[in-house]
Amino acid sequence: MNTDEIKQQIFNGLIDIAPEVELDELDPNENLREELDIDSYDFLSLLIGLNESLGVEIPETDYEKLVSLTDLVAYLAAKLDESR
Amino acid sequence: MADFCMPSLGADMTSGLLVAWRVEAGDKVEHGQIIAEIETAKGLFEVEVFEDGVVEQLLIEPGEDQIPVGTPLAKIVADGDVVTKPDAAAEPEGRQKVSPVARRRAAELGVDLTQLKGSGADGVIQLADVEAVAGAAESPAKAAPTARKITPSAEGMRQAIAAAMSRSNSEIPHYYLATEIDMSRAQQFLAEQNKQRSIKERLLPVVLPLKAVAVALQKVPQLNGYYVDGQLQQREQVNIGFTVSLRNGGLLTPALQGVEQMSIDQLMAALNDLIGRTRAGKLRGSELTSAGITVTSLGDLGVQSVFGVIYPPQVALIGLGKIVERAWAENGALSARPVLSATLAADHRASDGLLGAKFLDAFGRALQQPEAL
Repeated sequence: MNTDEIKQQIFNGLIDIAPEVELDELDPNENLREELDIDSYDFLSLLIGLNESLGVEIPETDYEKLVSLTDLVAYLAAKLDESR
Repeated sequence: MADFCMPSLGADMTSGLLVAWRVEAGDKVEHGQIIAEIETAKGLFEVEVFEDGVVEQLLIEPGEDQIPVGTPLAKIVADGDVVTKPDAAAEPEGRQKVSPVARRRAAELGVDLTQLKGSGADGVIQLADVEAVAGAAESPAKAAPTARKITPSAEGMRQAIAAAMSRSNSEIPHYYLATEIDMSRAQQFLAEQNKQRSIKERLLPVVLPLKAVAVALQKVPQLNGYYVDGQLQQREQVNIGFTVSLRNGGLLTPALQGVEQMSIDQLMAALNDLIGRTRAGKLRGSELTSAGITVTSLGDLGVQSVFGVIYPPQVALIGLGKIVERAWAENGALSARPVLSATLAADHRASDGLLGAKFLDAFGRALQQPEAL
């Protein structure tokens, strides 16, 4: 899976959580939770969705690495590479 | 015999729309059964009946009129006491059946309902029937009002909150107390728990403070209840109103019910369910009215301390800020610790600062023994 496809999976999750946001206009390097105004409940829901769609385990200790969209894409790409 | 009346779903509600009945005349009902859907400025809610019996008569049809709180909507009689033939009482011969959405749309479009034949079960006129006649179905923008029931207008929501909070500030003599709580043990416990759990079963940090509120309220029950008619009515069950923000603006504070009886896992499941249903517009009426205290957690947004406005007729609100790492002195040594700023806003008519202080102390202590929560 390439990074565009991973990004699409993230967007699929975000559409449910923040339906009114224009995801294409999202600054990929900004703090995702602040940009989208999502709380810890929404963030956990997003990660649960990604766990289901990509089969990637995301331990809680890694949450702090997942600040921006770019971080999240890179993290998931690395995890998918590892599991290959 | 008892009347089922338009309920008050909170201090901010003076009237509501009866959107739909979930029962018909003649139906048996039992305590806790959802029998109607009511729309308020804060959204659409499922409303329960609080007695067992039989619906003798539906007094008011679903429609567009704002119905004042306390207006009888249906007659409920004890089982065996039914004296009239229910069908005849409820549905006069020849009366048109129209779904509430269709009635609303017809009013907007100026469609004469008497000229329509319904395509629904029993000939009920539905939204599609109205739009087919008006030729309005081609305009998706115009169909938007039907979504209003699920997503209340931001303006109406704002006004409802303003009304409740104005009442709170004018009636309730607030006092405020704040404390800082060492969260090392709680966070360590949470990290260990979550390490063993799959992502779906993970605990959110707020569950420990929520459970600690329930533990502290059992020690200081005077903060759990309502102030009505100049008196404090204490609650035995701990129902915590949890502030949930909505994406279209505004907030709701539905209750987590019976938190004192729940394990941490049960509380997390209840919280997931409650937040999900709050944001989906699927709350029950009793969940809006049963809280004896409110918890507002704004730590996610980086807020350090919350100075709350009590939701009447409740007598206290707990505010939780962000957990931040701070220099912490203990036993003559300095170390870095995660620290939570917790505040209490309480009603001076119902309690004094001493009780409030006892509560915050019990709350902080409970968080030092997270495994016992």
